[in-house]
Amino acid sequence: MLRLRPVLATGSLSRRYATAASPHALVLLEHRAGVIDSGSLSALTAAQQLGGQITGLVVGAPDEVKGVVEKAKKLKGLTSVLHSSSEQYAHNIPELVSPLLEKLLSDITSYTHVVSAHSSSAKSILPRVAARLDLPAVSDITSVEHDGSSNSTTFTRPIYAGNAISTVRAPESVRVKFFTVRSTAFKASPADEFAQVEDKAVDPVEVSDAPTQHVRTDLTKSDRPDLGSASRVVSGGRALKNAETFKATLEPLADALGAAIGASRAAVDAGYADNSLQVGQTGKVVAPELYMAIGISGAIQHLAGMKDSKLIVAINKDPEAPIFQVADAGLVADLYEAVPELVQKLKQ
Amino acid sequence: LHAASPYSDSEASVDSDCSSESNQTVTGVFSPNPFDEIAVEEAVRLREKLKDEVKSIKVVTIGPPKAAETLRTALAMGADAGIHIEVPDGAAALEPLGVAKALRAVIQREKDGVDLVIMGKQAIDDDAGQTGQMLAGLMDWAQATFASKLVVDPKAKEAAVTREIDGGLEELKCRLPLVVTTDLRLNEPRYASLPNIMKAKKKPIQKLTPAELEVDLTPVLETLKVSEPPKRVGGGKVENVDELIAKLKEAGITAVK
Repeated sequence: MLRLRPVLATGSLSRRYATAASPHALVLLEHRAGVIDSGSLSALTAAQQLGGQITGLVVGAPDEVKGVVEKAKKLKGLTSVLHSSSEQYAHNIPELVSPLLEKLLSDITSYTHVVSAHSSSAKSILPRVAARLDLPAVSDITSVEHDGSSNSTTFTRPIYAGNAISTVRAPESVRVKFFTVRSTAFKASPADEFAQVEDKAVDPVEVSDAPTQHVRTDLTKSDRPDLGSASRVVSGGRALKNAETFKATLEPLADALGAAIGASRAAVDAGYADNSLQVGQTGKVVAPELYMAIGISGAIQHLAGMKDSKLIVAINKDPEAPIFQVADAGLVADLYEAVPELVQKLKQ
Repeated sequence: LHAASPYSDSEASVDSDCSSESNQTVTGVFSPNPFDEIAVEEAVRLREKLKDEVKSIKVVTIGPPKAAETLRTALAMGADAGIHIEVPDGAAALEPLGVAKALRAVIQREKDGVDLVIMGKQAIDDDAGQTGQMLAGLMDWAQATFASKLVVDPKAKEAAVTREIDGGLEELKCRLPLVVTTDLRLNEPRYASLPNIMKAKKKPIQKLTPAELEVDLTPVLETLKVSEPPKRVGGGKVENVDELIAKLKEAGITAVK
């Protein structure tokens, strides 16, 4: 009895304002060195598929935010830009950024969705905020569809290392629907030189006596394209023997193709390559035009990170290596002979 | 804290708690989830390093009756006691928010308090990667996700954590109580020895129900279906480098200038 009543009440209520409540997404626009992350641009594309208003949110240190906001205002798909600056926001510490989001999403909010890239910082922040608002979150979605008549949003997302696709629906009862977006599943939203949406500053929510302090960040320096957004990726595995041969073998090939360099977990664990280059279920997920797997056997955890690549090329000595089951072009050969020959002939 | 078991869709996690004074407890939730093994390992290593400063290590799991086995594994690795929040076989898959609430309830029941919760960064079944952050949010604690190095200073009630972030590493200083989620490279989990497996059988496991914890684990999201991903048609082999280059050209891929 008691249970039935609220259900009935919500049902009739939803029908009445179903047509009025159009979606309004808040998209987290992450940035580094004054540039908006490409993952956030993909998140913006996903947000557009909800079919409503989209507010971009830029949070950061005072010296960065202004330039980023100027760029954000020219993004296709945004209807407005909010920004908040504070020294406390310089490093995206979840304990410091969450209170701002909580305030923006308080009960009287008009936001129906919170959207971000599935980046390391957004992955840390969004679930924290969602839980504080007693809301669930949906991770790493590959498609999104909003149904205005029922105020529900349906997502697909890979589970079990991409071996299954789960379709989940966040019903109307989920007041604000949080989700992170797999960037390889959505094109980056482009800039639109004629766009010039309004921007609005929001006061930061300063946290006194912060429980977490940033000490330092060490970014791996590279002149190569970013692994997550590169159109070509050359990846190496355990067969590369050591850090020197990894570098000496893969760099000329990556240079010839203008490709980013990636690595299997085995190569990372063995110290051949930096952690941030790991491709797979627990590393980066990439879907470039070309993925070259060099000396990688193709464990399912690795395939989870690259099997949506357009063209997969594998070079491996072992004809039985599972990587050949997904490769469009597989060459059974000694990589120390095949790769230099490939580089030489590509350059001709 | 709690770990996902392969039998349910729950998120897995380990939680450990250690503090400086009389109330050091490490609580862990554990499952065969590889990230949780890393979490248990880290809790055990903390005690090996800090000795008596770590008063206890508890492991927690939420799952069907069979999930107790994962607790035994964690106990054999060196945890002191287990907590099994039991849900019936065939119960609806757990969501990270429900799990985080259950863990909060467990922590609140710990008489001596919990100073540190260590859990996996994600369960490898649902791949959600949310529970640790949600728990930290619910408790209003510090959080350090994707940890690859953890140094706890019980006297100062602080921890230095190195995290794996996009593009590199980040170092944080966090005040306890703290939730840490483990990345792959935090440590190499040990194998439990046979004597320790035998000893683990005598270690206590407390059983609790969601009702006793006053948490509602009913899923909020509706899973409409689970389907197979599109099959990739691969398997094309080439004979030599020239054929490989021809394949690349066919796809419009040539060397850059």
